Amino acid sequence: MASPDKTALSRRALLSGAAGSAALATVARADDPAITGMQEWNQYLGDGVDAAPYGVPSEFEADVVRRDVPWLTADPVSSVNFTPLHKLEGIITPNGLCFERHHAGVALIDPAEHRLMINGLVDRPLVFTMEDIKRFPRENKVYFLECAANTGMEWRGAQLNGCQFTHGMVHCVMYTGVPLRYLLEEAGVKTNAKWIMPEGADASAMTRSIPLEKALDDCLVAFAMNGEALRPEQGYPLRIVVPGWEGNMWVKWLRRIEVGDEPWHHREETSKYTDLLEGGKARRFTWEMDVKSVITSPSPQAPITHGKGHTVISGLAWSGRGTIDRVDVSLDGGRNWQTARIDGPSHDKALHRFYHEFDWDGSPLLLQSRAVDSEGWVQPTKDALRAVRGTESIYHNNSIQTWHVRDGGEVENVEVG
Amino acid sequence: MSKSVDTVILVAAGLLCAVPAMADTFGLGRPATQAEIVAWDIDVRPDGEGLPEGQGTAVEGEEIYAEQCAACHGDFGEGIDRWPVLVGGVDTLENDRPVKTIGSYWPYASTIWDYVHRAMPFGEAQSLEDDEVYAITAYLLYMNDIIEDDEAVLSHETFGDIVMPNADGFIPDNRATVDEMVGGAPCMKDCTAGPVSVTMRARVLDVTPEDEN
Ligand code: HEC
Repeated sequence: MASPDKTALSRRALLSGAAGSAALATVARADDPAITGMQEWNQYLGDGVDAAPYGVPSEFEADVVRRDVPWLTADPVSSVNFTPLHKLEGIITPNGLCFERHHAGVALIDPAEHRLMINGLVDRPLVFTMEDIKRFPRENKVYFLECAANTGMEWRGAQLNGCQFTHGMVHCVMYTGVPLRYLLEEAGVKTNAKWIMPEGADASAMTRSIPLEKALDDCLVAFAMNGEALRPEQGYPLRIVVPGWEGNMWVKWLRRIEVGDEPWHHREETSKYTDLLEGGKARRFTWEMDVKSVITSPSPQAPITHGKGHTVISGLAWSGRGTIDRVDVSLDGGRNWQTARIDGPSHDKALHRFYHEFDWDGSPLLLQSRAVDSEGWVQPTKDALRAVRGTESIYHNNSIQTWHVRDGGEVENVEVG
Repeated sequence: MSKSVDTVILVAAGLLCAVPAMADTFGLGRPATQAEIVAWDIDVRPDGEGLPEGQGTAVEGEEIYAEQCAACHGDFGEGIDRWPVLVGGVDTLENDRPVKTIGSYWPYASTIWDYVHRAMPFGEAQSLEDDEVYAITAYLLYMNDIIEDDEAVLSHETFGDIVMPNADGFIPDNRATVDEMVGGAPCMKDCTAGPVSVTMRARVLDVTPEDEN
């Protein structure tokens, strides 16, 4: 891990020590009314503690919202919106900004009426209430959830100007939940069982087949995210957490888990979430999310507005196979690379935050980031990925993103060669 | 250490500390009744497990489809506006713009029965009778030229006879062995033949939504 670019800092310090202070002395600066003037908030009383029982962000942050792409789908109740990654920091996504993907709208469920059934190849088919579930030992884990179709609109080339749209189908929160293992053990899994199938209580009754091995390993049945109950759009009151694997498998509004000896080959693992390759064959059961990273700022929705000088590149990296070992950043479209600084916790199968600080001379840049995970998987270039997958996979596009920073600081989504 | 010694230590540890995970079960939840399982256990598998007794023909299905499905999916399954296309696309999977439908892509007929029964018609899920689902499934197969006779009875007994055209179109996840993206220290210096330039811009397509927020 590299430390902040000290050479750039010390060079700047030297400059301002000599020429810098001279400049300060000679340029007559207008006084800043933000300092010399009196502001409303300096004088008058603000809201009391009873004004906002559930707090919301400052009104000046009104543009930090999920956004959708209306032309993408026929109806917003079976559609997707995107996390505003370009405005977020750290590794935790605020609950209200976690992207949404539903297949039949948001189910509004009274937790008192919610049940979880476990049936199939078990000794004792069981029914749990929410109260029952909260009596099991629980765990707190930070995991990213990425839709397998994240960046799916970029397979054929650069399409969308904004990392919210190109990469915003990912979020990362701390889940509180019960290891699925405990629930399965409670029902007694039969020896010939090999698969489980979680099912949702919403009007799409979402189902996916998950190998029993994964279910017993690290899956959770979660009822809280970032310290509070799941949001309705994230599956309130209960969802399954399938760390590192396609977001579609993390069935929301979880009401049933069937145990079986064969996969079900349901619609979401045949018609969808299969990766069509060149030559007409499609891969199925491509569960793990590949190693990936993106520079979130600067990016098209977050241009450089300060002109040349010291600049912070901020980005995210993650892998469904473990932690992030390292992220490299290129300023020249992938010709030369420098290792970025990872800051903040490094949790298994969670977002990692990286920074690269440098002195921008104001000339155009071709920004890229490239992540390497703890299993040795390296994020590929767009060309390398297309060479093995073609352009019709839809899912699992983890290729290196390029942002073109123009001399004015404006940023656009481009491809390079 | 021999295996038996391991076991002894584990058992001893289990007796000594009150870690809940060591308990056999927690005694939570209650047995599901048979009627409850029947009410919720609706899934169907390719081997026919889960298919209820029932039957229908494409001719019967056509009528239900026209009433309950065509408004979105089109009279011929062609898809109105951006609603999903259900018919056609045969032999397009190798094309530049493949059309993935029940006929061209889906490997199992059971998936049609299961999905239509659990999720369609959109906005009124699980409202169809089992016989209606058999009839609609027969009609979708008929429109996709997978069954030829529109009077042929599709039932839990004949379901296993259907072979989907793209049944062999799927391979397991072989990313780890085929894609060659593991290992090797990535290049850090002079990694391209020459300076890199822009070859494509998103703004040419300009499909980014305007911000109304
Ligand atoms: C109001 C519009 C609407 C109606 C009516 C409707 N559907 Fe759908 N159908 C949809 C939507 C939307 C989806 C995709 C849902 C999703 O995103 O998961 C879909 C998906 C499907 C699919 C899966 C397509 C694929 O390629 O994966 C099938 C099959 C289907 N519908 C059959 C039917 C049948 C049969 C009926 C009538 C009983 C019906 N639909 C009625 C809107 C509709």
